[in-house]
Amino acid sequence: MDMNEIKEIFFQECEEQLAELESGLLKLNDGDRDPETVNAVFRAVHSIKGGAGAFGLDDLVSFAHVFETTLDCVRSNKLEPTQDVLKVMLKSADVLADLTNAARDGGSVDEARSRTLIRELEALAHGETHAAEPAAPKPVAAASKPAEPAPVVAKPDVNDEGFQPIPFSFGDFDDEPAAQYVPTCQIVFRPNRELYAKGNEAVLLLRDLSRLGEMSVYCDMDRLPPLDKMNPEEAYFSWKVSVTTDKGEDGVRSVFEFAEWDCELDVRTIEEEIVGDAADDDEPPMQAVPFDLSLLEDGPAAGGEEEPVASESDAAAAIAAADTASKVAQVASRAAENAKAAAAAATAAQANQASAAGQTIRVDLDRVDRLINLVGELVINQAMLSQSVVENDNNGVSSINMGLEELQQLTREIQDSVMAIRAQPVKPVFQRMARTVREIADITGKSVRLITEGENTEVDKTVIDKLAEPLTHMIRNAVDHGLEMPEKREALGKNPEGTVRLTAKHRSGRIVIELADDGAGINREKVRQKAIDNDLIAADANLSDEEIDNLIFHAGFSTADKVSDLSGRGVGMDVVKRSIQALGGRISISSKPGQGSVFTMSLPLTLAVLDGMVVTVAGQTLVVPLTAIVETLQPEASAIHSFGASQRLISIRNSFCPLVDVGRILNFRSTQANPMDGVALLVESEGGGQRALMVDAIQGQRQVVIKSLEANYTHVPGIAAATILGDGRVALILDVDAVVAASRGQPLRQDISLAATG
Amino acid sequence: MTYAVKNLIDGHELIAFRIGDQEFCVNIMSVREIRGWTPATPMPHAPPHVLGVINLRGAVLPIIDMSQRLGMKRTEPTVRHVIIVAQVGPAAVGLLVDAVSDILTITDENIQPTPDIANETEKAYARGILAIEGRMICLIDLGVLFPHIESEAA
Repeated sequence: MDMNEIKEIFFQECEEQLAELESGLLKLNDGDRDPETVNAVFRAVHSIKGGAGAFGLDDLVSFAHVFETTLDCVRSNKLEPTQDVLKVMLKSADVLADLTNAARDGGSVDEARSRTLIRELEALAHGETHAAEPAAPKPVAAASKPAEPAPVVAKPDVNDEGFQPIPFSFGDFDDEPAAQYVPTCQIVFRPNRELYAKGNEAVLLLRDLSRLGEMSVYCDMDRLPPLDKMNPEEAYFSWKVSVTTDKGEDGVRSVFEFAEWDCELDVRTIEEEIVGDAADDDEPPMQAVPFDLSLLEDGPAAGGEEEPVASESDAAAAIAAADTASKVAQVASRAAENAKAAAAAATAAQANQASAAGQTIRVDLDRVDRLINLVGELVINQAMLSQSVVENDNNGVSSINMGLEELQQLTREIQDSVMAIRAQPVKPVFQRMARTVREIADITGKSVRLITEGENTEVDKTVIDKLAEPLTHMIRNAVDHGLEMPEKREALGKNPEGTVRLTAKHRSGRIVIELADDGAGINREKVRQKAIDNDLIAADANLSDEEIDNLIFHAGFSTADKVSDLSGRGVGMDVVKRSIQALGGRISISSKPGQGSVFTMSLPLTLAVLDGMVVTVAGQTLVVPLTAIVETLQPEASAIHSFGASQRLISIRNSFCPLVDVGRILNFRSTQANPMDGVALLVESEGGGQRALMVDAIQGQRQVVIKSLEANYTHVPGIAAATILGDGRVALILDVDAVVAASRGQPLRQDISLAATG
Repeated sequence: MTYAVKNLIDGHELIAFRIGDQEFCVNIMSVREIRGWTPATPMPHAPPHVLGVINLRGAVLPIIDMSQRLGMKRTEPTVRHVIIVAQVGPAAVGLLVDAVSDILTITDENIQPTPDIANETEKAYARGILAIEGRMICLIDLGVLFPHIESEAA
């Protein structure tokens, strides 16, 4: 694996972390105060920072660092995550995403923006640090003094979590009054087993710490169980370290930067501490915990990682040994209990993590596709097999038939589950929309709240990838055109904060995505006028409300009076409609003046299968995508009108629609078929016009697996792709748009390279 | 012998097939499988020698009437006809022929250059002539017959 591959993995993980970050922040924004949520957010930023550091992505690291610092304040309850704070944080998350993208794809980010945010973040962090600082030393001092006279007694009060301030021999104050004032940091470092599991090494961390200044270490082996109860992979030791350093608390924390998440770490500065006889000073309090050497000898198997520090512990333990024999048993049993509790807690935490995150694996998309292909074959093969059994079996029910039915069920199930592998929740796209809304709201000065529902609705990955662009367009439109300015909303008696609701749900084998705003709705008069101005409709055209609403999907249409950066150039909704149609989807709009508009998109769950109408044309079986078909009808002689030399029109409810003979267009027959012998499929094409496609007969409706023609052949004009039907034959899928275009006089391209090689 | 011919008979094993009363052969390495005739789905706007496409275990495989492709008469496929599935570049094509007649192991000496009398069409695809046991077998370069596929591969 080379560096680039590792980097690629890092960026993939970044994406996940960013999604986690954003969803966490949004949860906080909605009033969630669960510490686990804050932790998750913090973890996400921290992981990005850690990875970025490993790849030397300095911009990313420095921004993430500031972000992390501020988040840490929230985590430690020093900073209340108010709406304002979260606004800054959400923006920071956006910048972090930008920086990550810039690091991956090159390109630049808006430096001014990130600098502003860094300042804001720092202000938030400092704003509270100043407030908290005066309070911090006090508890330390208060706690240490009562503890001093009877440290041994005080010890049991120390719980696993909290930091028991080590009494630092304030008694020696008087002896050395003239000593220099250098801050001393008290550090409690309690590694979790994960620290070792990840290849970190406590000794190395301690050694790094010792480089900061004069250091004394005390190893706390309270938790060390007797040998028979010891888990060789568990971490039992913790260290109390005091370092006299001018680097301060930050310097100390930086040593633990990459281990922070796998240990309990408590760093405090004792400013009043006098440095001088540090070693002597340290010893009395360190003696506090009684310890027996024999206990140490009992546990040499505590794991290699602990041994190197054992010498330090030895010293402490030796001093303590003298007066502790009586307490050994007590200590040992307590240690065992602690260890058990710790192990139980670790197990519980792991279980929590597993249930929260779910187990996932990363699989190359190609492999999944290959599997899907093979399963598609299996389904077709099974259908062929049962067809031939049915044909050859005249005895009615046979055991083979029953077996085949079971096989059919199994293959369907396999197909469904394989398809499910490709299915992904729409959540990432929806999260991206949250950002879009924030940005547009900022630019337009509107106050907008995005509500998303059904983010876990799953749809094929290819659909998801292509969904983002049209959705962004629509969100922009909704905020920019749909919602009114806050003052106006207030004047109308609405909540000044506009609401955009984005929902996804499954409905009859398709995914339906709805985008609703509670804005002004479509101004039909304006739309109509605009359409007349732009020659889209005749001035005296009589249009229903619905037809007027649908005008906004026309190319070159925009109702905004002034063209803004966001939208209004008239390339919005027609692009949206086209990309939705390219996905085999439909889009519709319903709008109520003063109450808002709802855009409804209905998309296929996958691009690998398609709902098709199986039809017969000139003896050939063709598949027409169901999404294109508006209605089917049986033409009557009275409805067919000749038009010019060869054109024919069909009248449908008093409107005339050109009749297109599919067999003729595809060159399957040389003369036009009699319309009365066939069926007309009324289709809506990309160009917006309706056409009646003539086919000979309809066989039925079926879900078909899409197969590429181009893989072994070339693109065939008029044909979108191929599929394989139950009888094992290849059927061609009609490219409705191309056929309609051909009927308009643009001939289908004839240059097939196979033909050129005569 | 040219370099191209050497390439074509790399491995010195060829599959010989019959079209009408003539025999042709292609390099065995380019043949993926041989299967019986199944009705093909005709393609719109296809040249006459493209009979259509069939389902080859899920892949859409175009079927070429080799007789017509080589400038001879149109084949009326029956169940006795066979399809040679050949790999040309990245794509697979099915070659409809009357029958597969032989697998030949040859040496360089067996191959004679294409005679001068042939017209341009034959010269283009024929890479040489093999004389084996009194039969005359024409060595075909599939890359020349389906250049669009080759060019995509390049």
